[in-house]
Amino acid sequence: MNTLYTFHGGIHPQEHKLESSSLPSTRTPLPKRLVLPLQQHIGNIATPVVQIGDKVLKGQLLAQAVGMMSAAIHAPTSGTIHAIDFQPVIHPSGLPEQCITLLPDGDDRWAEHAAIDFRSLPKAAVLDKLRDGGIVGLGGATFPAHAKLNFNQPIQTLVLNGVECEPWITTDDRLMRERAAEIVQGIEIFQYLSNPTETLIGIEDNKLEAIAAMQQACAGKNIKVVVIPTLYPSGGEKQLIKILTGKEVPSSGRPLNIGVVCSNVATAYAAHRLLNHGEPMISRIITITGSVKQPQNFEALIGTSIAELVELAGGTLPGATNYIIGGPMMGLEVANAQLSVVKGTNCIIVKSNKLFPVSPPPLPCIRCTRCVEVCPAELQPQDLYWFAKAKNLGKAQEFSLFDCIECGACSYVCPSNIPLVQYYRFAKSEIRANERDKDAANLARERHEFHLLRIEREKQEKADKLALREKAALAAKAAAAATDNTAIDAQRAQIGEIDAQRAQVRESAHPDPAHNHPKHNDSEHSKE
Amino acid sequence: MLTALLIMSLLALFLGAVLGFAAIKFRVEGNPLVDKIDAILPQTQCGQCSFPGCKPYATAIAAGEAEINRCPPGGEEGIRKLAELLGKEFIPFGEDTAATKPKSVAIIDENTCIGCTLCIQACPVDAISGAAKQMHTIVAAECTGCELCIVPCPVDCITMVVLPPSIHTWKSQYPTRAAELTQ
Repeated sequence: MNTLYTFHGGIHPQEHKLESSSLPSTRTPLPKRLVLPLQQHIGNIATPVVQIGDKVLKGQLLAQAVGMMSAAIHAPTSGTIHAIDFQPVIHPSGLPEQCITLLPDGDDRWAEHAAIDFRSLPKAAVLDKLRDGGIVGLGGATFPAHAKLNFNQPIQTLVLNGVECEPWITTDDRLMRERAAEIVQGIEIFQYLSNPTETLIGIEDNKLEAIAAMQQACAGKNIKVVVIPTLYPSGGEKQLIKILTGKEVPSSGRPLNIGVVCSNVATAYAAHRLLNHGEPMISRIITITGSVKQPQNFEALIGTSIAELVELAGGTLPGATNYIIGGPMMGLEVANAQLSVVKGTNCIIVKSNKLFPVSPPPLPCIRCTRCVEVCPAELQPQDLYWFAKAKNLGKAQEFSLFDCIECGACSYVCPSNIPLVQYYRFAKSEIRANERDKDAANLARERHEFHLLRIEREKQEKADKLALREKAALAAKAAAAATDNTAIDAQRAQIGEIDAQRAQVRESAHPDPAHNHPKHNDSEHSKE
Repeated sequence: MLTALLIMSLLALFLGAVLGFAAIKFRVEGNPLVDKIDAILPQTQCGQCSFPGCKPYATAIAAGEAEINRCPPGGEEGIRKLAELLGKEFIPFGEDTAATKPKSVAIIDENTCIGCTLCIQACPVDAISGAAKQMHTIVAAECTGCELCIVPCPVDCITMVVLPPSIHTWKSQYPTRAAELTQ
């Protein structure tokens, strides 16, 4: 039995797990249309490698990863590329993003694929396989798996996250119940890549079947299943690491800093499908629950629309309003049912006023500090709210705003119904935008300074050139003048010589100097 | 008495030497206030403030020769930051300053461009690439939207395009009361 530690705070919201966890997950039939956003991960947007009209096979690469922080996108089924354009995606802004639209041909024909003997490959090659297989963290953050596992330092603990602490969601629960052995094979891949001293799987004690299944699958392996008490948000990466190891991830640091790597069980499963079967990340288990006739988990192809999945769950019940993507605590509300699910979509909750009553209007903060009591990041939510509300961004940052994991525990307990997390999100995005502007200004300043320098340099070069040319011209002139002078001197000398000869001749003929004729030229005088 | 005088004068000499040395060794190059002001200015280098660039405007503000409300790209937020830095009162934009425009970039219509290089010479951040009698194009990521390339163009092939909202530059909205009510 492992020693368990506790993190600060936490809440016990109503679980609502039984609605969808009782039925086994089923594979969805082929949808009519698949829309695949090119950005389904944190990092660089993938670049399409297919063209409109191309026939593609299931599992074929559609868009390749760009750089280290990126992941590839594959065809979830065989069909024709219908469009590559901007379409609305699951995002709070509702803005469009680049997507590939695939029309399935109904054959569901696989491209050639085979298992990869990863143990015979060096680590870097396996990581490249993960990137090109489109494996990203499926716990919600969609951090590319190869980037997370790309390190050289020794690792103490490999933590597998099977906590699934958010209400309503049961996708990891069903996955662990149904495919425990395959998850363990995936964990062995991560063990091979990170070489940890110990491997722990954290599962909340409200998932008894999943715990039993995982314990059975892990028997005789160097993997320990650790049952942890149900408390939201135990599934947060930093919180789970604290519970299992007692170590705290430093502020603005990564688990790697304390020798821990943490990954979701679904990510391990996806890595197993890729390396042991050659199947890239093209489908995932998604919980469809809330105000639907038959809440259930589905293994859906990435790119299937929300509407089709909700229809498979028996359709909506009367009174249904919007859709929550993710859980009710951290999820995102969308109204458009035509949006397609992505790698990070773990749950769709159909909202209704009965299940999610409209909260009363917010009242002023009374500084009761109940939010402080429940904050798992040990922040001062009431102060952060105060600063964010006053747009005092610097102060909010000083109070460790970026350590907030947006779990929503503070809003949940707030007696004044203040949407605290919305304020934190606002402040965070405002700070990020300011940083972007600052970077752009710095770039412009640098380029402008270089521009001025360049102009100055060009001016100088021109002046130098001109000066050089002038100098050369002057020198040439001087040289020319000098040659003239020597010629004249030579001539004069010659003339003088001739005169002297003449004088000699004359003298020898008429020794009387009176016969000398001084009229010839001036040089005669100078010579004499 | 004499000892005290001697000690004091020696001390004075020594401290003077230290100060003199520090003044040379730790000399601050340029005016640090100019750099602080320059850091607030948006570096558009557009000259709308009537100074040839952000740095000259910053120098003028530091010297007290210019008001702080002459930078339209910086917006009122910029005036506020300058007022805070300089301990001055906030003043709104004057009548003679241009209106603040949304962030945009210049786009060259490449079919019309005759390759005269005039815009290249006008660009303060060298964000236009091209050569004589060759088509020019603007490196959008480096364009500050200063509009200085528009006037010199003899064939009017440069237009300013407002940057469309994108997921990558989207900002979370301030929770308004209306938004709170719909929650």
